[in-house]
Amino acid sequence: MSERTYEQELARLEQIVTDLERNDLELDRALALFEEGVARLRGASAALERAEAQVKLLTETGDGRFIVSDHGD
Amino acid sequence: MTQRRGASEDSPAEPLDLFDAGDARSARYVLPLDRYTRAEHERLPDAFPGSAPGCALAISDLNFYAREILEGAFTPMWVRGEVSDFKAHRNGHWYFCLRDATSSIKCVVWSRDRTRIVAAPDDGMQVVARGRLTVYPARGEMQLVITALDAVGDGLHRKALDLARELLAAEGLLDPARKRRLPRLPRCVAVVTSASGAAFHDIVSVIRRRCASVSVVLVPAKVQGEGAPAEIVGAIARVVRWGGADVLIVGRGGGAREDLWAFNDPRVARALAHAPMPTISAVGHEVDVTLCDLVADVRAATPSAAAECAVPSLADERAMLAAFALTMRKRLTRRVDSARDRAEYSAQRLHRGVRALTERRRARAELMAARLHALSPLATLARGFAVARDDDGRALTRASDFPAGLPFALTLRDGTIRARADGDGRA
Repeated sequence: MSERTYEQELARLEQIVTDLERNDLELDRALALFEEGVARLRGASAALERAEAQVKLLTETGDGRFIVSDHGD
Repeated sequence: MTQRRGASEDSPAEPLDLFDAGDARSARYVLPLDRYTRAEHERLPDAFPGSAPGCALAISDLNFYAREILEGAFTPMWVRGEVSDFKAHRNGHWYFCLRDATSSIKCVVWSRDRTRIVAAPDDGMQVVARGRLTVYPARGEMQLVITALDAVGDGLHRKALDLARELLAAEGLLDPARKRRLPRLPRCVAVVTSASGAAFHDIVSVIRRRCASVSVVLVPAKVQGEGAPAEIVGAIARVVRWGGADVLIVGRGGGAREDLWAFNDPRVARALAHAPMPTISAVGHEVDVTLCDLVADVRAATPSAAAECAVPSLADERAMLAAFALTMRKRLTRRVDSARDRAEYSAQRLHRGVRALTERRRARAELMAARLHALSPLATLARGFAVARDDDGRALTRASDFPAGLPFALTLRDGTIRARADGDGRA
């Protein structure tokens, strides 16, 4: 698991977008929020665009170890 | 008896003619020949058993033979009737009667066969049952040993389901508050289903189409037939112990009600309910709701639908991120614009303020100047008066200040002249 999940990035983005709409927001703060938003977007996008994953088969050995092997599908 | 019974060739009762002395020695008796022969040898070599008081059969033998013959004559078969006098004995066996308007027969279900029957039938329930006809030797009673039983209609399944549902409800597993949200973008989806069925293939193809970065792990289990519940429970436990999945799909493709029965097993439902990651049930049946459907966090009608729930559509997510970017930019722009507007407004106000202040000051300065002017002796001089001062600069304001010959300076509106008093101070 990455430190921030896709979901957390989205939740923060929503908050940022909401905050940006506030009228009493300091301009400096708005700029900082925007910058953070761009970073969060980048993070979310990276989570979304991870490399294509494989189809696997989970098996457990007698001594309780797990083997995740490629599964031809 | 001297008359042949069961004259018709296809009568299943024909072997009962065994005890018909008239036909006893005829070649028609083939069942069960070896036992017969043995009995003859053991008891009375020359007489047919039971044909004379001297070779009377023991009751246990009679019942034994009757059972042999009945069991040999009837293959296991399905019968239908109404259940009555149902008793679940302490020893684990079930005893009851099956009857219709005019007849009844005693029935037994051995405890080992009970697992194949979804629930105990109730008195009055119309059922079909598969059984083997036999004789209970201790009483000489004919009985059916039943190995399969189902209610006419779905009564028994409904009953089993109701019982199991009550059980799970009592354990708090059906509480809607237990339902968890699925992660928006899982990294790994585990699928407990048959390795050979279409369900897994369907799930994989949907996930690849929607969001190929999510990995799919098959945890194979038999999903129908005997032993299926235990295998599904085992597979769920394996996923939990492994801990690498953040969503769990349990299911199978469509099938008849009996084929889906494993997903109504309380053990399976319990295992699913206690899985630490969010779960989706995908039992392909639109009509029936299985126990797994009830305890899973999300119920999907088919494996494909489960896959749709499990992963987002990449295209949708991209569109959403783009929308976020756009909104953010728009709002920031608006924010910057409003800041500029405000700055401009402030500048204008400042400007106006300064101008107003300046004007006020000027007006005040003019006023002061006017007042000053009015007070100034220059103004008086302007009106034609003059100020006389002696050489020391003292103002000479009385006639006595002017002794004859006194030089003094006379200041007029446009300058000063020198003068000398020529009288003695009196004009």
